[in-house]
Order: sequence, then C-alpha cells, then structure tokens
Amino acid sequence: MLSYLIRRIVNAVITLLVVTMVTFGIFFAVPTITGSDPALLYIGKTADPASLEGIRTKLGLDDPIPVQYGKFLKGLVAGRDYANGADVTHCDAPCLGYSFKTEQEVTPLLISDIPVTLSLAIGAAILWVLFGVATGVLSALKRGTFLDRAAMTGALAGVSLPIYFTGQLALLIFIHELGWLPDAAYTPFLEDPAGWFTGLILPWVTLAFLFAATYARLTRANMLETLGEDYIRTARSKGLPERTVIGKHGLRAVLTPLVTVFGLDFGTLLAGAILTEQVFNLRGLGYQALTAIRQNDLPVILGVTLIAAIFIVVINLIVDLLYSVIDPRVRLG
Amino acid sequence: MSTDSLAGLTMPAGPAKRPFLEVKDLTVRFNTDDGVVKAVSGSSFAVERGKTLGIVGESGSGKSVTSLAVLGLHRTRSNATVAGEIWLDDKELVTASDEEVRKLRGGKMAMIFQDPLSAMHPYYTVGAQIVEAYRVHHKVSKKEARVRAIDMLARVGIPQPEKRFNEYGHQFSGGMRQRAMIAMALVNDPKLLIADEPTTALDVTVQAQILDLIRDLQEEFGSAVIMITHDLGVVAELADDVLVMYGGKVIERGPAADVFHEPQHPYTWGLLGSMPRLDRELRERLTPVKGSPPSLINLPSGCAFHPRCPYAGRNGDRSFTESPELRGGVHAVACHLPAEDRQKIYEQEVAPNL
Amino acid sequence: MKGQESMTKAAQSENLLEISGLQMHFPITRGVFKRKVGAVRAVDGIDLTVAKGETVGLVGESGCGKSTTGRLMTRILEPTAGKVVFEGRDVSHVGNKGLRPLRRDVQMIFQDPYSSLNPRHTVGSIIAAPLQIQKIPTPKGVKAAVQDLLKLVGLNPEHYNRYPHEFSGGQRQRIGIARALALRPKLIVADEPVSALDVSIQAQVVNLLDDLQKEFDLTYVFIAHDLSVVRHISDRVAVMYLGKIVEIADRDQLYSNPRHPYTVALMSAVPTPDPARRNSAQRNRVLLTGDVPSPINPPSGCRFRTRCWKAQDICATEDPALTARLGDPESHQTACHFPVAEDEVVAGRRPASSNA
Ligand SMILES: Nc1ncnc2c1ncn2[C@@H]1O[C@H](COP(=O)(O)OP(=O)(O)OP(=O)(O)O)[C@@H](O)[C@H]1O
Ligand SMILES: Nc1ncnc2c1ncn2[C@@H]1O[C@H](COP(=O)(O)OP(=O)(O)O)[C@@H](O)[C@H]1O
Ligand code: SF4
Ligand code: SF4
Ligand SMILES: [Mg+2]
Ligand SMILES: [Mg+2]
Repeated sequence: MLSYLIRRIVNAVITLLVVTMVTFGIFFAVPTITGSDPALLYIGKTADPASLEGIRTKLGLDDPIPVQYGKFLKGLVAGRDYANGADVTHCDAPCLGYSFKTEQEVTPLLISDIPVTLSLAIGAAILWVLFGVATGVLSALKRGTFLDRAAMTGALAGVSLPIYFTGQLALLIFIHELGWLPDAAYTPFLEDPAGWFTGLILPWVTLAFLFAATYARLTRANMLETLGEDYIRTARSKGLPERTVIGKHGLRAVLTPLVTVFGLDFGTLLAGAILTEQVFNLRGLGYQALTAIRQNDLPVILGVTLIAAIFIVVINLIVDLLYSVIDPRVRLG
Repeated sequence: MSTDSLAGLTMPAGPAKRPFLEVKDLTVRFNTDDGVVKAVSGSSFAVERGKTLGIVGESGSGKSVTSLAVLGLHRTRSNATVAGEIWLDDKELVTASDEEVRKLRGGKMAMIFQDPLSAMHPYYTVGAQIVEAYRVHHKVSKKEARVRAIDMLARVGIPQPEKRFNEYGHQFSGGMRQRAMIAMALVNDPKLLIADEPTTALDVTVQAQILDLIRDLQEEFGSAVIMITHDLGVVAELADDVLVMYGGKVIERGPAADVFHEPQHPYTWGLLGSMPRLDRELRERLTPVKGSPPSLINLPSGCAFHPRCPYAGRNGDRSFTESPELRGGVHAVACHLPAEDRQKIYEQEVAPNL
Repeated sequence: MKGQESMTKAAQSENLLEISGLQMHFPITRGVFKRKVGAVRAVDGIDLTVAKGETVGLVGESGCGKSTTGRLMTRILEPTAGKVVFEGRDVSHVGNKGLRPLRRDVQMIFQDPYSSLNPRHTVGSIIAAPLQIQKIPTPKGVKAAVQDLLKLVGLNPEHYNRYPHEFSGGQRQRIGIARALALRPKLIVADEPVSALDVSIQAQVVNLLDDLQKEFDLTYVFIAHDLSVVRHISDRVAVMYLGKIVEIADRDQLYSNPRHPYTVALMSAVPTPDPARRNSAQRNRVLLTGDVPSPINPPSGCRFRTRCWKAQDICATEDPALTARLGDPESHQTACHFPVAEDEVVAGRRPASSNA
C-alpha cells in the first residue's frame, strides 16, 4: 500500500512537471521563437527600447528558454528575485511571477480566487450528487412510468441545454423578474454565511442542473443493470426488506463506479467553472483565466493552468486511493 | 390432475395431511416485448421434510422460474404473473402479502444459486453477508451473529473460518464460494432448501464434495430439499422423487427409482439416451432427441414435445391438438400414448439402447 | 482432400502430431517496467503423440492447462519451451508465413458457440472466410461450397444469409464446426465443444463429430472435463493435473483400470445416473479434500501430493515419471510412485453419510 502511494505521488509530480513544461513552452517559448515579445506584452506597444530592455533583463527573458524554465521552477519551490541591476523585487515561494497587466504578484491573486471557485464547486457538487443520484434511483425503480419519463426528459434537457442559456434564464427569472434573490455575488463564508449562501444559490443550481442530469442518467442505467445482478437476487432471497436491497446492496454497487466520474468532474470544476463564473460574474479561477487569456496575461494563465493541473492530479490520486478502498476487487487484485 | 397422487408421492398413505411443501397448478407468465413467455404452466408437486425432490430439464424448461416462484421472488418483477397455490407448512404463499413472504424467505425457506461468484455481493465480505442474513431473521447483536456465521463457515468445511470471514467472494475458489453460499442459506436453519444447479459451475471433484455436504446437512437439519439440475446423475444420487420438465410443464413425475428404471415419457427416454454413461457398456452411438427445445413464447400446439417426438403420430392427431395431462398416481406421465404401448416401446425400442 | 505433398511426409511417420517437453509459462509482470515476478506454469512439460485418424481425449479439472495445450497444438500460442511437430515438421517457433499450411491443416473448435462467432457477419461469410483467406479453389463458387458445408453439419443451406444470433446454441456449435471443416483440415482440436450445450443437443453434436470423423478421416484432440463424453468419443485419453499429464492410456484401459490416484478420484466423483447404485457409488467414492494448488507455485515432487491419500515422503521430493507401471502395456503410462492396483481398496476421505 505504502509503496503504491509513493509510486502514485512520484507519478503525480512527474505529471505536474510535464504540465508546467508544456504550458511554459506554449506561452513563453513559442512567442519568443515566433518573434512576438513577452516584454512587449508587459509594458505595451508604446514602450521605449531602453525600458523594454530593462524589463527583459528583470524578467529574465534574455536567458535561454531552459534556463527560464529552471528559474520558474526555482521560483515555485524557493521563491526568486527579479533583478535589473539595483532594482530588485523579491517574490516569495511559491512564486508564479507578476501579472503583465496589473503588475500584481500572481500567487496571492490566484489564492484569493480559490475560495470563490471552491465554494461554487462544493455547493454545486453536493446538489448534483444528491439530486442526480436520487432521480436516477427513483427513475430506475419506477422504470417506464410517467415519473421515469418526466425525469429522463428533464435530464436530457439538462445535458443538452448550454449553461449560458440556463444561467441567463435563471438570472432573468429569479433575480430580475421575481426579485427573490439578490444579485449573484460572492461574500466570504466567514464574513456572512447567509450572504454567502444566497449569493451562490443560483450559480449552484444552474451548475448542478447540468451535472445532475448526467448523474441521473448514469445512476439510472447503473441501477437498472445492478438490479438484474445475481447478488441482488441473493439479497432478496435472504429476506432483506426491499429498501435494504436497493439502498444498501444496490446503491453500493451503483455508486462505486460513479466515484471515478465524480472525481474527474469535480477536479475539472475546481480548475474553474468558466462559463458559470462568467454568467454570474463570480470572480473565481475560471473568471480569472478567461480575463487573462483575453489580455494575453501569460504569468496568470500559467498560474491558473498549474493550479488546475494540481487540482486534477490530486483529485485523481484521491479517487484512485478511495477506489481501492471501496472496491475490494481492485484493492486485493 | 388429482391431488391424491401428490400426497402419495412423498407420504405414506394415511390421513390427508398437507405435505410440507405443496405446489398446485403453478403457472408463471412473463410479459415481454416479444410476447408472453409461458415459463411455467400448471406445475404441481410436493416435498416432505427430510426428503429431496429433484427437478430436471434442459435449460429454459422453467426450473429456475419454478423455484423463484416458491420463494416469491417474481413479486419484484413487474412483468411477471404467478397463479396457482404454493403451500408451505400449511400457509398459502401466492396470496400472502409481500411482507409475509419476505419473512419466510431466507428464514423458513432458503436458496442456493448456480454461479456462486455472481451470487455474492462483490463489495461486502463473505462474513458480512452471512451476518446480514442471520440478523434479518434474528434480533441479535453483530457480535453474536458473527459467532454464528463463523460457526456456519466451519460447518460447511471452510478451513480457518475466522480468517475467511473477512474475505471477499472473489478471494475464494469456486468450491469454497459455493460452500459459503450454503453457509449463508443455512444460517437460519431453513426447513426448505432450494438448490438451483448448485454444482453446474463446478468441477466433478468439487461437485462430489458439495453434494456430499448438502446430503450431510440435510440429514442433520432434516430439511426438505429441492435439487434443480440438468444432470440426471446428480438427481439420481440425491433425489427421492423426480420431476422432469419440458417446455414449462411437468411431463413426468415419480419416485427416483421408478423414473430412472422405468421412464415413461418419450422425452425422458430421449434425455437418458443422450447421455453417455460411465456405468454402462460403451455404445456405438448416442440416441439423442432430434431438434431443439421449443420457444416458450410460441409453444407447439398440443403436446409441446410433438415436433421432437418419434411417437407423435401414433395417437391420431391428439399429440398435435390436445395438451396431455399429467396422470397416473405416484408415477405420473403427461403423454397420450396408452400406458401399455409406452411400456412396450420402452422395453423393445428404448431400453436396449440406454 | 489430402494434399499430395503432405501425404508423402505423413507416410514417414504414422503420427500426425508429436509434442515433447511442451511448456507454456505465462509471465506475471508488475510495475511500469514490466518486471517479471513469476510465471503461471499453465503447461509444464507435456509429451504426447497423436496418430492419424485417432481421437485423443484430454481431461482434467478447470485450470489444469487443457485449453492452453490445445492452443499450443494449434500454434495459436508459441510454447516457452518444448517442441510441436506436425507431420514431421517442427512448427514450434515458425512465424506467420511458415504457419500458413498449419492454419489450413489444423483447426480449432471452441467451447462457447456464442462468442466464437462474429455477430455482425452472416453465417455464409463466417464459413466462407477461411476459404477466401487460404485462397481455396471452389469449383462451384463460394456460396455452393458454404451451402455444402451447412448441409454437412445438419443445418439448412437456405440459412446462408442469417446471423449467428438467429441460431440456437447447438446450431451455433454446428456453424463453428462447419467453419473448421471448410479447409478440410487433418487435425481438429475441439476445446470443450459440447460443454455449454444441453444433454440432448450435446448428443447430437457428439454424433455429428463421430460421423464427420468417419467421412473425412479426421484426427481429433477432444478437450473436455466430462469424463463420460470423453470416454464415448476417444480412442486414447490423457488425464491432466496442474499442467502435466498424470496418466495416459487407451480408453478401455484407462476406464477399467485407472492407476493414478487422481484419475481414480476423478472417475469416482462422476455421479451415477442410477438411484439403485446410489449407495454403492457413494461408498466407493473418493472425496478429494482441498483445492487445486496454484499453477504459479505448484507443489514440489508430485503435484498431486497435497490432495493424495497415498502420498509418502518420496512424493514430495521426487517427481514421478510418466511410464508404464505395474506391468501395464507400454501404451498405459502413469506418473505416480504408488499407482493404484486392480484390487486395491481406495481410501480417500469417505463421504459423510456412507459409513458402511
Ligand atoms: N494468457 C494467459 N496469461 C496468464 N495465465 C494464463 C493465460 N491463459 C491461461 N492461463 C492460466 O493457465 C492455467 C491453465 O489454463 P487453461 O485455460 O489451459 O485451463 P483449462 O484446463 O482449459 O481450464 P478450463 O477447464 O477452466 O477451461 C490457468 O491457471 C490459467 O489461469
Ligand atoms: N424475468 C423474465 N422475463 C421474461 N422471461 C423470463 C424471465 N425469467 C425467465 N424467463 C424465461 O422463462 C423460461 C424458463 O426459464 P428458467 O426457469 O430460468 O429455465 P431453466 O429451466 O433453465 O432454469 C425461459 O424461456 C426464460 O427465458
Ligand atoms: S403426447 Fe404424443 S407427442 Fe407428446 S410425448 Fe406423448 S406421444 Fe410424444
Ligand atoms: S506420486 Fe505420491 S502423491 Fe503423487 S499421486 Fe502417486 S502416491 Fe499420490
Ligand atoms: Mg436455471
Ligand atoms: Mg479451457
């Protein structure tokens, strides 16, 4: 088990290295090779050659690309100094550099975005798992009835309607028309839990609708398959009440494969629910990423990508470990 | 069909008391997209405590459906209709409530299945599954149930039961798995044990062990056993009475010795003729039944066996138009051929080829 | 139906197939670098000859290496050691091109008639495929050739355009047999061809295999776990245990006079379809205890010793050779230090209820 864990962690670190390398390559190296100049991006087209040169030295853009990458890594691990002669700026580890646009340090910028994204993702996840699984189970048990068909039609809508549409619709109805909710906005939980909740409820529901639909369909299909399994027949033949048969023996088998799907979905969401954040004007990682891409703000893009990769790799690791706990066939080979 | 023949089957003649398990005119139908599956039609049989009833027939002849009906397991299927009477210890089960039947399931009547690997839950330990079976029917603590489960595992011959208790089904070998399933079925001292092809997935050597175990446990607990199989050898070794099924119907029924030594139905002859046997001189050729089993959605008219029966033409057109009833007291047969003719055919044409 | 050039070769030896020292060790690997941590010794040193026109039965419990042996004989698998000689030619390690004649002369029939046929192809194209791949001339056209084959195995030639799912299990097995026959092979390795079939259908297929053998001079290797079917169809029978042949003999010899304790146990375990003999069958039964050990780590010496009631110290140290024992004819070979004598009272664990 321990050696497995160590192996997985080493693998994860390697994956992260590769991700940063590729991102670094795309955003820093490629423009250098093709002739566009990151330093130009940094201070704008009107800069005079001297200050451009100063920026270049300070950002280390004159170094060969592998050296730049090395410095980037060092910054991540140990922090780094940006120096142009006497003009020295220190950036603490984990240093992701400075935004080209706002000249703010990237790391604190992103860290301040994480709670927004995290709140959004966790809230939505709770909703979609509860509703998705419940709808799926109910649908499977009432297969072929009106309820089943209604639920599955709803789920189909959820899967196929774009979040732009559902989000805007929700905004229009609940905020602008009915006025039931305040404008969607992020209030830190510790400051005002009620405000946190009311501000996020609409984004949660919108996002959850999309995922719940997928989960309902998956759960229904899994449940129908599971109900035909021999071990369900065994459970019934032992005289277990139907709710134990479904709720314990059935659900256990249905949920286990869902864990993998959930890990992937949740990991991806932590990297920023770009559309949702944009529709509801929530300043999370997704929003930050979108802005940074529009403005060609390379260090921020690199930072967001790295954080996203970390989330995904870590969640995947957790899922795999969890999976080997919940599925004895994997654990014991 | 007459009831007296049922009682005569397993009981000494005496005052009319209902046998421990009595099934009368059991009929099971499934509605499917392709049509109505007539899985079991008008099946009647009985078993006494301490006795074993063997049900034989090819796959799809309705053996499993019959046994699941006794356990009331078709109730959870919305497309199934069950008619007839099932009396277990003087209680009628077809008309009983779901809850009443559930309480009997796993308690007074229990079942073991063909494929022990798929019959065990992959995510729960073997021990946990046995404990669960015990605690549905007994209000005891987990600890007590655990002691009982380990005791059962030991009883069915699983070495190191304490250790095995915590393992999962896939960690067991095929034979051990089936033993564990038997332990699970017997944990509540059922008075009726239904074994649906319990050894079909196992090697002969393991089969011999499992049959030995079932025989042994039956002696100890005095339960009634229904042994379902397609292997005539298994039936011959265990059963007191035998039921031969074809196309969802009982076509021959009687004490094992009679059915094996003087089989009466052309299909039973076919089954015996199809089997190469170690206990006989080598035959140059097997004598199989021609053709293949019928579809239960479109059963042939008259006697369902007529397309495959070499004697179908001997009864005018009765075999083609009229469904034969199961008649004949203790050893009953469903065939239009007169008993004397059958006797003659068997002695002259069939027996020499077995 | 017999190629001229191969006739001359076969004439040199009566044996169609000879295998010697045959081994198949499947490696068990672990980790990214596929480090080899052990091996499944599925087949572990087998010698067997199959003469022209005979049927050799191969029996044993699940996992003892029967299928693997069959797949080595047909060179679907390449042995890790030992030799496969077909018609005098060593084919143990020849490549795809060298295997071409073998692919025509040796065919395999599988247990599961459902999964061995491609569900999206018509029966016609399934049976025609080997003809086309091997570029066999069909004077009356491919369709006529396929319809002849269908007739041969007792299927309706009109069903040429149907799909496998439209047939029953027994009919699908017939399709598999027709496909195997298409190339007029010399040797057919049948891996549990009737195990998945109902008794009545099983008997039909067994009879069909019998008829085809007579008509086309076929040689069969018949793999099965059902001892009575094997007895019916075979001329010689080999009993396998954990990757080795433990006993081999002419059919009647083996069944009337089993020598190896394992063969004895195996035979006594077969239920007798006669209620009158129930008690004597149980009384004479030898119940084996425990399970077949893992082929990854087989017991030292005689592999059967962990379940054998006759085992002595020497069984743990010395692997018994497969030779004629107790004055048996040369054709009856047993790998056991203490073979069972004719009048010996066998004494395995007794069935519980037969305390006679
Ligand atoms: N490709 C493979 N890789 C690893 N092990 C294998 C492979 N194929 C077979 N084995 C192992 O080799 C052993 C013999 O297998 P084989 O299929 O030959 O058995 P068998 O005698 O045909 O059994 P059965 O009666 O169940 O068909 C088994 O332990 C099996 O798990
Ligand atoms: N739930 C079901 N829905 C429709 N048909 C069924 C169902 N269960 C069993 N059957 C059909 O009933 C017939 C008898 O099945 P079964 O009793 O399982 O046969 P066996 O004798 O092999 O045990 C078969 O034709 C089978 O396909
Ligand atoms: S009733 Fe007719 S068809 Fe049916 S078994 Fe008897 S003789 Fe054959
Ligand atoms: S060699 Fe020894 S252990 Fe092996 S079968 Fe013979 S007596 Fe038994
Ligand atoms: Mg069945
Ligand atoms: Mg095999």
